[in-house]
Amino acid sequence: MSDFTFTIDGTEITAKEGQTIMDAADDAGIYVPRLCDHEGLRHQGGCRVCTVKADGRSVSACTQPAAPGLTVENETPHINKLRRDLVEMLFHEGNHLCPICEASGNCELQAMAYRLDMTAPTKFPYLEPCRPVDASHPDIALDTNRCISCGRCIRASQDVDGKGVFGYVGRGIHRHVAANGEDLSHTDAEVTDFAISSEVCPVGCIIRKRIGFATPIGEREFDKGLIGHKISAKRDD
Amino acid sequence: MTELPKARIATASLAGCFGCHMAMLDIDERLIELMTLVEFDRSPLTDIKTFTRRCDIGIIEGGCCNEENVHVLQDFRKNCDVLIGIGQCAIMGGLPAMRNAIMHSDEPLRECLEEAFINGRYIRNTTHNIPNDPALPLLLDEVYACAEVVEMDYNIPGCAPTGDVIFETLSKLLAGKFRGFERETIRFD
Repeated sequence: MSDFTFTIDGTEITAKEGQTIMDAADDAGIYVPRLCDHEGLRHQGGCRVCTVKADGRSVSACTQPAAPGLTVENETPHINKLRRDLVEMLFHEGNHLCPICEASGNCELQAMAYRLDMTAPTKFPYLEPCRPVDASHPDIALDTNRCISCGRCIRASQDVDGKGVFGYVGRGIHRHVAANGEDLSHTDAEVTDFAISSEVCPVGCIIRKRIGFATPIGEREFDKGLIGHKISAKRDD
Repeated sequence: MTELPKARIATASLAGCFGCHMAMLDIDERLIELMTLVEFDRSPLTDIKTFTRRCDIGIIEGGCCNEENVHVLQDFRKNCDVLIGIGQCAIMGGLPAMRNAIMHSDEPLRECLEEAFINGRYIRNTTHNIPNDPALPLLLDEVYACAEVVEMDYNIPGCAPTGDVIFETLSKLLAGKFRGFERETIRFD
């Protein structure tokens, strides 16, 4: 099958066979919000922030294959409200205190909240879980209060580093990401791993020690523009 | 032409660091412009402790960590037409809310106080007591966001919000033109 077309919010875009809706949208310079998906990692479809309506059905754009003639709704008030609810629930599920977090300004969860206009308190209860901090490794710390269980570190470690430092444990609301060992110092994690790099952890959970505030607050990634602006810029070119 | 009556503003700092009040001063010379439209009632900036009359706008910094905070906040709700939360502490508890979860304890308040006054490595507390003078306001079991205590009308996010954002928001509110924040200006830090 050769290239085919489908529409996102009324704009006709071209997709290659085997591309997901998100792959095709990225190539066309249309940003679909996402948290658990990251370039270079296999798609997971876990966070559902990339939910779009494809021919009226809610699907995750990162896993749903694009199809000829598909009508996709992406940036509509209804879908963005759903996405904002998801992001708000992530804020309420963990302990996300932006003012004290060294990832503030580089954090994709925070940036997604900015993009989705999350400014007011919500009616969801704060779960305020007790979660551990693992600072055992000489170069890396894990503050799991901030983990959103996106699993990007798991896929990066398994598929790119070939190590398997992280994995999911537990079920349902108790499912979380854990180091594959007694603590992080008992794994073969290294600060040079892709899984540990700043681009993989979307929040401030995986911390590389001693560089936290090298870039001051106010001059960071998402102080320069909304999350997704680099993808949208492709369209403007 | 008769001069329009000025909007009356009251402010309070609850469980916050006073940084948001400082940020209000970052409005800089535009304060002069703003002061042609508003006048202050009860506020740490005027040192007036109680409401002299009903106010148009109440600005709240900080969440509620003790019973006095709750009383002040309820007093503001009762005496202000529009109540604005300013900063992350007012919106979601902020830094003080760390004691709700980070202490890893079934009794986070007790453990927090013991760490602060008895067990902490750098404490020099000759009495070895947790302060319990009757004049001290009773601490709440948790730190609460303002919206968990009273209804808030608007919230200005930030830690602290910039003077620009505060000025823009207040100016638009006073002109009846506030329609939410530009996404590019929203910050939680």
